[in-house]
Amino acid sequence: MQDTIIQLEGIGKSFKVAKRSAGLVQAAKALLVRDYNVVEALKDISFSIGKGEIVGYIGPNGAGKSTTIKVMSGILVPDEGSCQIMGYTPWTDRVTYVKNIGVVFGQRSQLWWDVPVIDSYELLKDIYKIPRQMYEDNLRMLSETLDLAEFIRTPVRQLSLGQRMRCEIAASLLHSPSLLFLDEPTIGLDAVSKLAVRQFIKTINKEQGVTVILTTHDMADIEALADRILMIGKGTLLYDGSLEQLRGRFGVQEKESLDEMIVQLYKEHQI
Amino acid sequence: MRLYFKYVSILFKSQLQYRASFWLLSFGQFLVPFTVFAGLYFMFERFGQLQGWTFFEAALCFGIIHMAFSLSECFARGFDAFSGLVRRGEFDRLLVRPRSTVLQVLGSQFEFTRVGRMLQSAIVLGWALYSLPVEWNTAKVTTLILMIVGGVFIFAGIYILMATLCFWTIQGLEIANILTDGGREMAQYPLNIYERWVKIFFTYVIPFGCVNYLPLLYILGKQDGNEWFYMLLPLAGILFLLPCLAIWHIGVRHYRSTGS
Amino acid sequence: MRAYVSVWKLRFINGMQYRAAAIAGALTQLFFGFVFIMIYMAFYSHSSGQPPMSLKEVITYVWLQQIFLSFIMLWFRDNEIFDLITSGNIAYELCRPIGVYPLWFAKLLAQRVTSAVLRSIPILIVVFFLPEPYRMAWPPDLPTLFLFVASLLLGLLVIVAVSMLIYISVFWTLSPTGSTLMISVAGEFFAGMIVPVPLMPDWLQKFTYALPFRWTVDFPFRVYSGHIPQTEALWGMIIQICWLCLLIGFGYASLRRALRQVVIQGG
Repeated sequence: MQDTIIQLEGIGKSFKVAKRSAGLVQAAKALLVRDYNVVEALKDISFSIGKGEIVGYIGPNGAGKSTTIKVMSGILVPDEGSCQIMGYTPWTDRVTYVKNIGVVFGQRSQLWWDVPVIDSYELLKDIYKIPRQMYEDNLRMLSETLDLAEFIRTPVRQLSLGQRMRCEIAASLLHSPSLLFLDEPTIGLDAVSKLAVRQFIKTINKEQGVTVILTTHDMADIEALADRILMIGKGTLLYDGSLEQLRGRFGVQEKESLDEMIVQLYKEHQI
Repeated sequence: MRLYFKYVSILFKSQLQYRASFWLLSFGQFLVPFTVFAGLYFMFERFGQLQGWTFFEAALCFGIIHMAFSLSECFARGFDAFSGLVRRGEFDRLLVRPRSTVLQVLGSQFEFTRVGRMLQSAIVLGWALYSLPVEWNTAKVTTLILMIVGGVFIFAGIYILMATLCFWTIQGLEIANILTDGGREMAQYPLNIYERWVKIFFTYVIPFGCVNYLPLLYILGKQDGNEWFYMLLPLAGILFLLPCLAIWHIGVRHYRSTGS
Repeated sequence: MRAYVSVWKLRFINGMQYRAAAIAGALTQLFFGFVFIMIYMAFYSHSSGQPPMSLKEVITYVWLQQIFLSFIMLWFRDNEIFDLITSGNIAYELCRPIGVYPLWFAKLLAQRVTSAVLRSIPILIVVFFLPEPYRMAWPPDLPTLFLFVASLLLGLLVIVAVSMLIYISVFWTLSPTGSTLMISVAGEFFAGMIVPVPLMPDWLQKFTYALPFRWTVDFPFRVYSGHIPQTEALWGMIIQICWLCLLIGFGYASLRRALRQVVIQGG
């Protein structure tokens, strides 16, 4: 058994969502009193992840994927349950904890839009207080494996989406985190960039032993990368195991697409 | 601190990418308070004086508060523009970084075009200082500097308060203008011309009076009472920042428990 | 014509959603009104001689300014139009079977009217019930009120025509913020937003009278308080109409030129 790096126990989180209603009277009332719906985003989520794993975290939109990622990255404080990651509780030791993780939000950029990529990196170096030697080594390694050299001095706004995503991933690895969260890293990328990103994730996982947790809607990502799948729906954990096991359970042929299998699985759980 | 300068330099580079726009905007920023100051000038030209205050005394008042305002807009703009940051969901990004949120938000924006505004305030300030028959000594110069610093802190505090509000709602934030723009417009004239409730509010709640009107009395030799007291009043502006920061941290905690 | 009405309606409903913003805006404007009036009162309290405007007229002027702020602000930003121009998406707008100038005109007009409806009415009610000396005065008689409404609406059209020119200028400058800020600051000053025109020095007044800006603020507001007599007001409205035709004509022509350029460059 590998060392566990992440241990989640009974994590639960609910949100109050203000009811929005049409009509002038209702709207006027809403100014004074708001009606709330309580939405349970996460219900009793428990799992543990070992060092060096690549875990695919899947589920339909609104199932609680990003809430879980937010809890694990220390952004959000859950209502109940405990979470130990590398000996830290993410939401209490935020500043010391986040030095050890890298986060990529696929839909948002952490790079400064108008300046060359390298300037953003220099700033990150100071934010994370990365020692010069380590920064240079990492930068060299990253720009070699991700082919950044040709556009590292170009302002971000002039980069293509694929180039930008490669820069984003590199940015979140400059401080040598041992845990990497990737939230939809391949969204909107063309085939070439997708393959490059996947290849890179594999490489850093193998060579640096970085544990990777990725959410995605692209089942091909999962197939190419993940040793293990966590599936979440309506805030509860529905499946935890390998892709092969899942295939076996459905008795599907290789031919049948993964997407269809997942749809079937969603249907089965009525989500 | 070094990190803050790093932020500043990267933002400077960004803004220089749009050079023409940068200069035009700086010039525009010069013009905005210029027309307001022209208004003040014309009013004095028409009426001669303002309840015992001469034009240059009022100009000093104007210069100090506008200087403080432009500095705060320059440095604390990140909080001023915070609603955009929250709406774009970029605050999450700041939370996964190992630095304090206050520093990161400060570093998220830096408005260099306010240099235009600053220049305008500096000219008014210089003109007023040159024309007023004040005998300058170390104490008075210190007070003057403290007044500007205190003003910057008050504006920054208000920006932080308003930014905190963004954790709950991003609607109706225009009301903040009462405190920032309103405070500025009001404090550019000596506080004694206003009604009691305005005086009380802007002395004890938002202490603009403490960084502008009251110490100005001391500088102009109009105060009655202890000189030291008037001299040290601008420190109230610095103290004002503390509760604002505390409230900010409550806001961050709220954000982290609701994630909205 | 139906198309413009639809654009108009959509904008209106859209704007109505921002109630909290409207309340906040109304409160803010009330506060500013108070501050400005206090400043004027302080100036007037020791004035020697007869100022060209009475204090009561100035107070009315200040309130009108706060109430109709969205009618008279030169700078009322519509990012949609900017984005259209700077991103080159203007091509979509050209695909529609209606003229771009009237379309944008309707849009900008609707924006101001919506904002005014939401913000003005609460302030309008409040200011008539304020304690003296802050209370807003009624116009001297009914015809004056009609003249005021007519001149205010004409002024509104003038200001939309001016702001159209600002938008059109973006075709050439491509950067909305700098140049527009400068025009709006200068324009608002010459409209009498900072100091009422009669309180300006004589040399500046002459200059101001030669520009179109004062017809949007100074003129209707002084018609209201009777500071401008009724016959003079009627003549003024004719001048407003002249300016309006001139500005619209000029705007129309420059937009045509700008669009031709876009078509030639291919976006």
